[in-house]
Amino acid sequence: MLRPCTLRLCVLLLALFAAGAALASDLTRARSGIEYASGNIRSMQADDFANPGMLWVTRGEKLWNNPGGSSGKSCAGCHRDAASSMKGVATRYPLKDRVTGRLFNLEARINQCRETRQGAEPYRYETDELLGLTAYVAHQSRGMPLQVRVNDDNKMHYERGKAIYYRRQGQMNLACTHCHERNAGRRLLSETISEGHGNAYPIYRLEWQSAGSLQRRLRSCYFGVRAGLPEFVSEELLDLEFFLAQRAAGLLIETPGVRR
Amino acid sequence: MVARVQVPSSAARGEVIAVRIAIQHPMETGFRYDLRGIRVSKNVINNLVCRYNGTEIFRAEMGSGIAANPSLQFYTVASESGELQFEWVDDRGVRGEERVQLTVRG
Amino acid sequence: MITRRTFLQWMAGLWALAAGAARAQPEIVNDLRPLIAELTGGVAVNPGRVRVETPRLADNGHSVPMKLLVESPMTAADHVLSITLLSPRNPRPLMARFVLGPRAGRAEILTRVRLNGTQAVLAIAQLSDGTFWSGSAEVEVTESACLDAG
Repeated sequence: MLRPCTLRLCVLLLALFAAGAALASDLTRARSGIEYASGNIRSMQADDFANPGMLWVTRGEKLWNNPGGSSGKSCAGCHRDAASSMKGVATRYPLKDRVTGRLFNLEARINQCRETRQGAEPYRYETDELLGLTAYVAHQSRGMPLQVRVNDDNKMHYERGKAIYYRRQGQMNLACTHCHERNAGRRLLSETISEGHGNAYPIYRLEWQSAGSLQRRLRSCYFGVRAGLPEFVSEELLDLEFFLAQRAAGLLIETPGVRR
Repeated sequence: MVARVQVPSSAARGEVIAVRIAIQHPMETGFRYDLRGIRVSKNVINNLVCRYNGTEIFRAEMGSGIAANPSLQFYTVASESGELQFEWVDDRGVRGEERVQLTVRG
Repeated sequence: MITRRTFLQWMAGLWALAAGAARAQPEIVNDLRPLIAELTGGVAVNPGRVRVETPRLADNGHSVPMKLLVESPMTAADHVLSITLLSPRNPRPLMARFVLGPRAGRAEILTRVRLNGTQAVLAIAQLSDGTFWSGSAEVEVTESACLDAG
C-alpha cells in the first residue's frame, strides 16, 4: 500500500506527463495565427462589427453587384448569390488553372474573370476594390478547411515554393523556417511569432491600418530579413503561396482575419 | 465611404440599446510620409452626428487620435420606432451618410 | 556667505539639469493644464466617476481599444453632457470629444484610439450640474518587432 504522499506525487507526475504529452501532440498540428494572438485581437476578429476587415467584405459585396466593364455584367450576373456559388471556392486556392496552365491565387482568378468575361481592367494589388472582392469571396468559405491538393500537375509549384521557404535570404540570412517553424510561439521583442499561415487572408493588420493581401504580408517578411522584395503576382510569391497553402492544409479559413 | 451600422433588430420601449458604426477611412494623421518621402496631409473624419427621428442623440468630434477605420459604439434609449441617421464629414469636406431603421415594441 | 549646504544643493540641481538634458529625447510631453482649464472654464476637475478601460499592453499603438464609462443616472435632471479624451504624449493632445445627453441612457462609449507611445490617457466628463470629473488609464505601447515595408 502506497503512502499518501507517494500517492500524491504519483498523481502529480502522471498529470504532468499527460499535460506534456498533450502539448507534444499539439505541436504536430498546424495552428492558425489567431491562436498566437492576444485576447484583444481574438475578440476583434470574432466580433463581425469590431472587425475592420468586414468593411472590405461589405465593399466586396457592393462590387459583386455592380455591373463592370464593356460587358455591363456584374459578378452576380453570372455567379448569382455569392453565399452559395462561392462557398468552398477559397479552400481550393491557389490552384493551377486548366486553361492557361498558370498558377492562380484568388486575386488572379478575380482579375481573369474581370478581363475575359466582364471586359474590364484588372484591379491592381492592394486596391480597395481587389481587397474587397477577394475578402468577400474568401469570406464565403469562412469556417471551412483549406484543401489545396498537390498532384503531378502542380507538384513543381509545391517544390519551388518549398525551396523558397527553406532558403536563407536577405542581409539577415534567414529562411522562413527559422522564425515560423523553429521559433513559432516564442517571442521576438514584445511579439509572439506565429507559424505564418495564410488561412485568414485578406486580413486587417493593425500595423497597416488597413486590409491587405497575403502577398503584401509576404513582401513585408522579405523586408523583415532585408531581402529584395519580389513583385506582386511574381512566380516566386505565387509558388510560395502554393506551398503555404499546403502547410496550412486543414486550417479553417478566417477571412477577414485581424492581426497586429 | 463604406460604412457599417448596427442596431438591434427590435427593442422594447425605454430599453437602452447599443448603436454601432464603423467607417472605412484612413484617418490620416498628417505625420506620415509616403514612399516618395512626401508628407501625407492630415485628413480625418472630424465630425460625426447621429440623429434619432431628426433629433441629435450623439456627436463625436474626432482628431487624429482616433484610430484608422473608426469604430464607435454608444447608447440611446429606444423611445419610438423610426430611423437613426448618421452623418459625418472629413477634413476635405467629403461627407458620408447611413440610415438604419429601428423597431420599438410596446 | 555660501554655506556648504547651499553649494551642495546647487550642485545637485546642476547635476539633475545635466542628466535631464542628456536624457532628453524628442519625446512629446503635453502640459494638459491649459487645455483642461479651457475645457472647464477654470472649474476644478474632480477625480472619479469616470472609468477608462483599455488593455494594459497595446498590441499596436495604431489601434488601441478603449471604453469610456461615466457613473451617471442619465436622467433629464442629471446626465453627462460630454466626455473629452486627452493625451499627454500624442502630438495633438486633444484626441476626441463626445457629446451625449439624457437620451443616451448610458454614458458609455467604445472606440479605438492611436497612442504615440506608453502613456496615461485622460478622460474628462462634463456633467449637467456644472461639475467636471476625470479618470485615466495607463497603456503600455511597445515598438513593433518586425518593422514593415508598409
